Amino acid sequence: MRAWSHYFNQERIVFTLTVLLLIVFALTLPKFLAPSNLLSLVRSVAVLGILGLGMLIVVLGRGIDLSLVATMAISVAWSLQLAASGMSMASAMGTGFLFALGMSLVTGILIAYAEIPSLFATLAMATFVYGFGRAHLITGTDVVYLPPNIGAVASLGQGALFGIPMPIVVAAVVALIAYLFLRYTKPGRFIYAIGDNLASARIGGVPVRPILVAQYVIAGGIAFVAGLVTATSAEAMNTRVVNSNMIYDVILVVVLGGVGLSGGRGNVRNVIVGALLIGVLMNGMTIMDVQYTIQNVVKSLILLLAIVVDSIVNPRDEQTGQQGDI
Amino acid sequence: MNTMHRLALAATAFVGIAAAAVGARADDMNDPYRQPALDALKGKSIVYLPISIGFDLAQAWGGVVKTEAERYGMKFKSQDPNWNTGAMAQGLTSLIAEKPDVIVTQNPDLQSLARLLKQANAAGIVVIQMNMQGAVQTDAFVGPDFIAMGEQAAKMVVAKCGKGTETSHKVSIVQGVLTGGVSYYQVQGIKKVFDANPEIKVVSSQAADWDASKARAITETVLQQNSDLCGVIDVWDGQGVGTGAAIKQAGKQDQVYFVTSGGGAQSMCDRLADGTFSAAINYDAPGMGRDAFTAISAVLQGKQKAGTVKFQLYSPTRVMTKADVKAGTCWDPEQYAKLLR
Repeated sequence: MRAWSHYFNQERIVFTLTVLLLIVFALTLPKFLAPSNLLSLVRSVAVLGILGLGMLIVVLGRGIDLSLVATMAISVAWSLQLAASGMSMASAMGTGFLFALGMSLVTGILIAYAEIPSLFATLAMATFVYGFGRAHLITGTDVVYLPPNIGAVASLGQGALFGIPMPIVVAAVVALIAYLFLRYTKPGRFIYAIGDNLASARIGGVPVRPILVAQYVIAGGIAFVAGLVTATSAEAMNTRVVNSNMIYDVILVVVLGGVGLSGGRGNVRNVIVGALLIGVLMNGMTIMDVQYTIQNVVKSLILLLAIVVDSIVNPRDEQTGQQGDI
Repeated sequence: MNTMHRLALAATAFVGIAAAAVGARADDMNDPYRQPALDALKGKSIVYLPISIGFDLAQAWGGVVKTEAERYGMKFKSQDPNWNTGAMAQGLTSLIAEKPDVIVTQNPDLQSLARLLKQANAAGIVVIQMNMQGAVQTDAFVGPDFIAMGEQAAKMVVAKCGKGTETSHKVSIVQGVLTGGVSYYQVQGIKKVFDANPEIKVVSSQAADWDASKARAITETVLQQNSDLCGVIDVWDGQGVGTGAAIKQAGKQDQVYFVTSGGGAQSMCDRLADGTFSAAINYDAPGMGRDAFTAISAVLQGKQKAGTVKFQLYSPTRVMTKADVKAGTCWDPEQYAKLLR
């Protein structure tokens, strides 16, 4: 019995849920299993997945980054606007990318050196990035359209490689890099060590503060990539996404897949599983013509279900209870 | 010499009479109605409170009203609640206490501000509602007749996908926010026409929350499910960009007839020119700004209590296709955004 319940950790529960939903939708909805629909299903959560990977890297080190969506929207919108106003595409992209890295560097320093809790530091930075961007960088409308000279960059969100839509390819590449980084590089392993036990990581000789900063900078860079995919597929960057509940969807994907918010627990696979469940749900409900307000309710119920099942199957004991969950 | 003298005298007299005549004419031309009109406007204050000042329509309305207000020595102030209904209600509440002469606003949905707008009117503040009318009528509503516009868009789709056409008759509707006036009333009009044309099959009618990314995702899935889709109506061109991108990326631009509507900003012309929109109904946002100022001017000159006379000022609309797009057909939001900074 104990072995059986151990097998069902949250990731497996969510994966099972996903498979069950897939079966139900496949039996009830016409053309649900068509390859083109499955591709569009995965594609619809590609951006969420990419952002989820950025969030994963931060959460593993026992942090959280609420500024991801703001960084994504403002840096990419600014790039597009610079390009539209005559800057060459390469330097416009470079400027936006550096802006994303610069802002997340500030975030990282605030958290690692000024020791401000990540929840507050990133909440404040999200507001700052959005406010500063809307006041000084994106001077026209809050939706910035793709400039005509977008060129090859557009292929990040449009078109396909060997029949697979590009957003999926980009998400897969980011996932692979994140996997290799977390699994095989020293800084990657250090992130796990810090998330598991910061004090002992420091005693063990891990350069804790620089690694913390690096986490946020990497997440900021990933946010820029996610923004490019968003902008090129919808042919516009809508900075209003900052006001939406997208950042909660990103956290949802990460938590749903079984990444522990208390740090040190989780991997790339968790994010993929979480994103797939959301993708199956959204796609099925869109086919059923369910309004997005109802979709949000269903989504949150599924999250609650996953958490409840997890806490029943894997009850908290004294040790895990002390981990300092958010 | 004598004749010369007389001639000179005559000439002087003529010039004198002519001058007097001209002078008298100039006096006659002093318009007795101008000064009272100017006095009715001068020094009055207008506060502009749209859902957000960050999008093209609100920039054009506010830019035009501000330009005209300043021309007549009125005070103009704008507030930007940035799509936050709560902040908007709060702003409106403090404005009622502050008592400006005029509030120009835009409802995020039918109900949220209705009570506050009624209170503002009762407090003697002239209230002009732009584009999205709430559940209450105030001094003026300025905006297109969205029910008629919905009917018009639906008829355009029926012409391409209805009876007698060699198509699937399948149509999809992309709404904005379900309870937003622009979306709600257009859908009423669309439904009316489609009900009268039972061959039309509405395969999807979903809200995209005014967001192009959501509109793109919805339309992509709809196209997967209905590869023979014939027509799409999107209630606003700002999110229609995403809907159009989904059609384009599915390679269905020749098959799917896509109608949307908006205020005629440059982005609308660009999307018509590159074929993202098959047709667009343009309700000319700067023209709406002018209508709003006309309403303000009329109500203030009327000197009656705010809310005494209530009227609906429906904006003229124009159907545009690729062929109508020329240099200068559409306007640049940046030009108005600058005015509101």
